Amino acid sequence: MNKEQYKGVYVFAEQRDGVIQNVAYELIGKARELADVLGEEVCAILAGHDSDKQAPELIAAGADRVLYLDYPELQDYLTEPYVQAITQVIQDRKPSIVLIGATTIGRDLGPRISGRIHTGLTADCTSLEIGEDGNLMMTRPAFGGNLMATILCKEHRPQMSTVRPGVMRQKERNYKRNGEVEKVKITFDKSKFKVRLIETVKAEKAKVDITEANVLVSGGRGVRNAEGFKKLQEFAKTINAQVSSSRAMVDAGIMAHDVQVGQTGKTVRPNLYFALGISGAIQHLAGMEESEYIIAINKDKFAPIFNSADLGIVGDVHKIIPLLTKKLARE
Amino acid sequence: MNIIVCIKQVPNTTEIRLDPVKGTLIRDGVVSIMNPDDKAGLEMALELKEKYGVTITVLSMGPAQADAIMREAFAMGADKAILLSDRKFAGADTWATSYTIAAALKKLSYDLIITGRQAIDGDTAQVGPQIAEQLDLPQISYVEDLKVKEGKTLEVRKTTEDGYQRLEVEMPCLLTVLSSANKPRYMTVNGIMEAFDKEVEQWSYETIADSVNEELLGLKGSPTRVAKSFTKGAKAMGQLYEVGPEEAVEIILEKLKEKFII
Repeated sequence: MNKEQYKGVYVFAEQRDGVIQNVAYELIGKARELADVLGEEVCAILAGHDSDKQAPELIAAGADRVLYLDYPELQDYLTEPYVQAITQVIQDRKPSIVLIGATTIGRDLGPRISGRIHTGLTADCTSLEIGEDGNLMMTRPAFGGNLMATILCKEHRPQMSTVRPGVMRQKERNYKRNGEVEKVKITFDKSKFKVRLIETVKAEKAKVDITEANVLVSGGRGVRNAEGFKKLQEFAKTINAQVSSSRAMVDAGIMAHDVQVGQTGKTVRPNLYFALGISGAIQHLAGMEESEYIIAINKDKFAPIFNSADLGIVGDVHKIIPLLTKKLARE
Repeated sequence: MNIIVCIKQVPNTTEIRLDPVKGTLIRDGVVSIMNPDDKAGLEMALELKEKYGVTITVLSMGPAQADAIMREAFAMGADKAILLSDRKFAGADTWATSYTIAAALKKLSYDLIITGRQAIDGDTAQVGPQIAEQLDLPQISYVEDLKVKEGKTLEVRKTTEDGYQRLEVEMPCLLTVLSSANKPRYMTVNGIMEAFDKEVEQWSYETIADSVNEELLGLKGSPTRVAKSFTKGAKAMGQLYEVGPEEAVEIILEKLKEKFII
């Protein structure tokens, strides 16, 4: 294969009900960095039906070009129509890199495309960089997060990777950026459409999955009661975090089991973990010590949690957290 | 109806610990298990077997030790087991893995192929959809429930981030199943006894040679390569502050900015 033909960093701009998902803007931000190193273009692939209203947002977020595929078949995500559409764009335009959000949609779409065009796909990357030889260095966790691996796709193009929501950072939107929205024509082989959507049901309350959270605000015995957790909730809201709990507070009936962190609960690896009023029993540490950064607040300066924390503060959660919330609300 | 369930033997990653001094993985004593999502897939097949006349074949690609999970599958109620094992398959990434497994599947007859959503050692969720692609089958991933309707139609419940979808698909097709779909049954005592007498078919490169390109197998056929792997290393003790609430708040705010949270 002639790799020189392959140019451009492409992002699958996932939309649901016409709303472009945050992960798409996050990927555009990363794509911009990569494309600037390579001296190539950032293209967003927007597939949908009557859903180009937000296309300028993609340009403001860093795209040079939005390839808009407007077809009724692409209104709601279904595997085969989307795979056909995106594959045609890739085969036609020959990008060097394709980034896809690791959502339930992206993780269904990505492998199927990589299979169809015979190239590599690296899942759930936490870091993407251009190496000295111009290849994309894709780093991802393996063995349940115990090991990190840097993966290359040297001989195939495009180099494809998926990235979980919340891992990359959006660039500030710049509405003065120049960019073009280009309507792209494709064709469908409808004989392959064998899956029919009966209905999409939104859960009344989205299931909270603390293992997917980017930031967790976790409370323990020191939080004392439901009243205390209310303070944590308010704090969590200001930084877009989710609230989790130690076993003590679940056993006490204050928090639900599905938000319990630890050996008998869930193992979490957020980018930032607040351990508030948590002493740091081994069974709790087992569930959170792989977090990227840990901030602990505890009254007891000998609490074992401080041994695992990157930043430890000896103090009263009930005083510090409300104050922090107030300051954040002001900012 | 013929159902093939693809299963994988994986190390129980929740038991892997980091050596705090050397910063390396401690794998000694870590037991191997049937991958949880795959086991839920097998349970889903077994539930269909109870209701309809179904033959269940389990298929795995892996080293000889994977025999253990094949026996386990027998003891749970699988009818047939095939272990795809050859040094030529070693080092495969998801593309080459699905290429190899698909080649084996082409030799079998099936109405439904079930895989787990993802394996806990790699967490990629790619092999199921890539097998479907190789076989030109429709796929539904993240499946939590399934009903057999008239003829060859299945009604499937797929989990999404904020709820679920109900979808209809014609067999033959491939589904990737979540471990939250069900609670897999235990092996029965009789099942365990019988499992040891049953034969696990051994398939090698020779068995599928006529339907694969040897260059596309294993490490050689993998588009992606691991360039390096590393542990995040043992954690050094962080900073500890004993300060008043006002100052504590400032320290935390600064960290939040540094970490791009605000």
